[in-house]
Amino acid sequence: MPPAPLLERKRQHPMTASDHAFAEVPQSWTHRHLLDLERLSADDITLLLDTAAAFKQATNGCRTKLSALAGSTVVNLFFESSTRTKTSFALAARRLGADVVDFSAAGSSLSKGESFIDTAKNLEAMGVDAVVVRHQTPGTPHLLTEHLGVGVINAGDGPHEHPTQGLLDIFSIREQLGSLEGLTVGLVGDIAHSRTARSNLWGLTKLGAKVILCGPPTLVSQRWQELGVEVSHDLDTILPRCHVLNLLRIQFERQNTPPFPSVREYAHLYAMDKRRLRRARSDLVILAPGPINRGVEVTADVADCPQSLILNQVTNGLAVRMAALWLTCGPRAGEPTPSSQPAGASA
Amino acid sequence: MPSLLIRGGRIVDPSQSLDATGDVLIRDGRVVAIGAAAVSESDAAGADEVIDAEGMIITPGLVDMHVHLREPGREEDETIETGAAAAIAGGFTSVACIPNTEPPIDTQGAVEFIHQKAARADACNVFVVACVSRDRAGKELAEIGQLVEAGAVAFTDDGSPVYDAELMRRAFEYCRMFDKPILAHEEVLELSHGGVMHEGLVSLALGLPGMPAAAEEVMIGRDIALAEVTGGRLHVMHLSTAGGVALVRRAKAQGIAVTAEATPHHFTLTDECLRQFDSNYKMSPPLRTAADVEAILDGLVDGTIDCIATDHAPHAIEKKMLELDRAPFGILGLETAVGLSITRLIVPGRLDWPRLVDAMSTLPSRILGIDRGTLAVGAVGDVTIIDPNLTWEVDASTFRSKSVNSPFHGWQLTGRAVATIVGGRVKFRLHEAAAAS
Repeated sequence: MPPAPLLERKRQHPMTASDHAFAEVPQSWTHRHLLDLERLSADDITLLLDTAAAFKQATNGCRTKLSALAGSTVVNLFFESSTRTKTSFALAARRLGADVVDFSAAGSSLSKGESFIDTAKNLEAMGVDAVVVRHQTPGTPHLLTEHLGVGVINAGDGPHEHPTQGLLDIFSIREQLGSLEGLTVGLVGDIAHSRTARSNLWGLTKLGAKVILCGPPTLVSQRWQELGVEVSHDLDTILPRCHVLNLLRIQFERQNTPPFPSVREYAHLYAMDKRRLRRARSDLVILAPGPINRGVEVTADVADCPQSLILNQVTNGLAVRMAALWLTCGPRAGEPTPSSQPAGASA
Repeated sequence: MPSLLIRGGRIVDPSQSLDATGDVLIRDGRVVAIGAAAVSESDAAGADEVIDAEGMIITPGLVDMHVHLREPGREEDETIETGAAAAIAGGFTSVACIPNTEPPIDTQGAVEFIHQKAARADACNVFVVACVSRDRAGKELAEIGQLVEAGAVAFTDDGSPVYDAELMRRAFEYCRMFDKPILAHEEVLELSHGGVMHEGLVSLALGLPGMPAAAEEVMIGRDIALAEVTGGRLHVMHLSTAGGVALVRRAKAQGIAVTAEATPHHFTLTDECLRQFDSNYKMSPPLRTAADVEAILDGLVDGTIDCIATDHAPHAIEKKMLELDRAPFGILGLETAVGLSITRLIVPGRLDWPRLVDAMSTLPSRILGIDRGTLAVGAVGDVTIIDPNLTWEVDASTFRSKSVNSPFHGWQLTGRAVATIVGGRVKFRLHEAAAAS
């Protein structure tokens, strides 16, 4: 039996005043997918952040449920392990009333040699409305959009981008400091292998912040300067100028040859500790996308200090992912919603 | 054997400094008359077959000295038969096939196998390039003398560099005895390890592992030094970087026996293409920057880069429809090379016709030491007839190749081979092919 049309199924849920606010995706949002922040405009990013703020408010800080995506099915297609992001997407989808299916590469047909495109097409044929994809290879979510008829959200593609992580970092800064315009944000650590760094870089600069990339030359290429961002290899020099520091994890798993002689030496040069904190602005905001290596990028006392927004980031992740899901597969003016079509019609 | 008369075209044959309107008469597989008024009316009347070439360019048959035919071992990608069919459809009368097959071409028997398969395919000439090292393993020399006896025209471990510098030195020394060139794939593997594209601003933004220009240039530098010290003949394959062009230019100025080739994709596309994450843009060496493309074009103009070769590298569609890091390196070349060369080199006025024909026929023949690349009287009757003004759209679904991994699908090109004549026999005519399909 085909699934009931969205509107019909929606009636099974009580419509609240806040649901009416999310009845239709604004027409200014023209994208079908959320793949990267590089190709979004400042207006697109602001719309995402504003939508996330509205969801956060309407759900009492991401705690209660809405029915904005009732009747939709979201699949978490994770080719690379993840706990935090996968859980965050699943909760965000459920907060909007959507059903969530998890698909992990381990133990699937992928280990039997099936291509990722075939895997995704099979899931699509089962009638899902959005695919949240994480993959170790840059561009894989982009390739999926050429083969699938449903919305694709990039939940991290290798070292390329992690748009919802970038958005939640920016959301957290905006919530704390009001605006991004004129702020100086230091991204510190493994820039070379960090998708978070790339999404932050594009999002922050589009919204008017100044970005400084900081770390050893083996992890922070001079070439970034060609994009108009500042590159520094000396954290202590840039520290007093930063309003925000985003401390990025060293991705030991992605290195061919070690980019620095020892963890001890790295921590000595770049770890954010109490000593460095004293030299920073008193209103410095500290972010870390997690999982954090305590004692490498940041010492435990700083990670847990009042200036650290690490746990706010996690909550805000839900709000941002609700916004991403809804803008990607929410109902649009003049269009039948994906789930109101008979099953298999798109396959 | 019947005779064939090609009438009234612009004959461009740099081997005899000929660029004039005229006729070519081929009898018994050999050129018997060429030039303006070279063919008497009685000869003309007696020809078994006549091709009207008015408005066309007549060239010595084109030679692609860098083609992967995949057979034996990877017949799902290409076979000698399908590759040879693609060659004549692209205007090539001769190809040199690269030995990174499975097993690699490192024995007389393997060379013989290629020759037999090519004879059976009966399309273009297939010249065999054999391995430098036994089993292409880079440990010890293959039986180069035996391979020469079997007909190998050059040696390469392409797909990989000859990594051991001493083995490379020995290969240069040993090949001197037979006056055979070593075709070198130039890459320092530690520097390009895991890379899928050129290392630069684009790879930085995309988070894709890069293959730095230095990985190619360091190895070119090594091989130039070894060619100099041994007096051996180095041919640099698929030159792709500005620094590499400069190294070759300097070596030539010093009189070192070095030649070089460039591919149509390296003088046409840049690393910006990778923003589409399409594995059809993934090849080794990778697409470089716009500045590198300019340097390649300059190298072709001033002769630093002797010739154009395609590095035709077919891969079955299911292998290319993978994530960028899992998809293999390689791009088709045979059926788009003439169109791309004319569109990119002749139309904008970068090269004139004699230089292009030199780069696609005469010089590759000279480097390989094969009796092709000329329409002198007595030469083998290999001829390509090109319509220089024909505009056409590349359609990968019509390729004769077994694979479709071309990023040029859908491109509008100017110039195309309309007839390919091998040993005096017409092997391909575009209009017949179009009518048949």
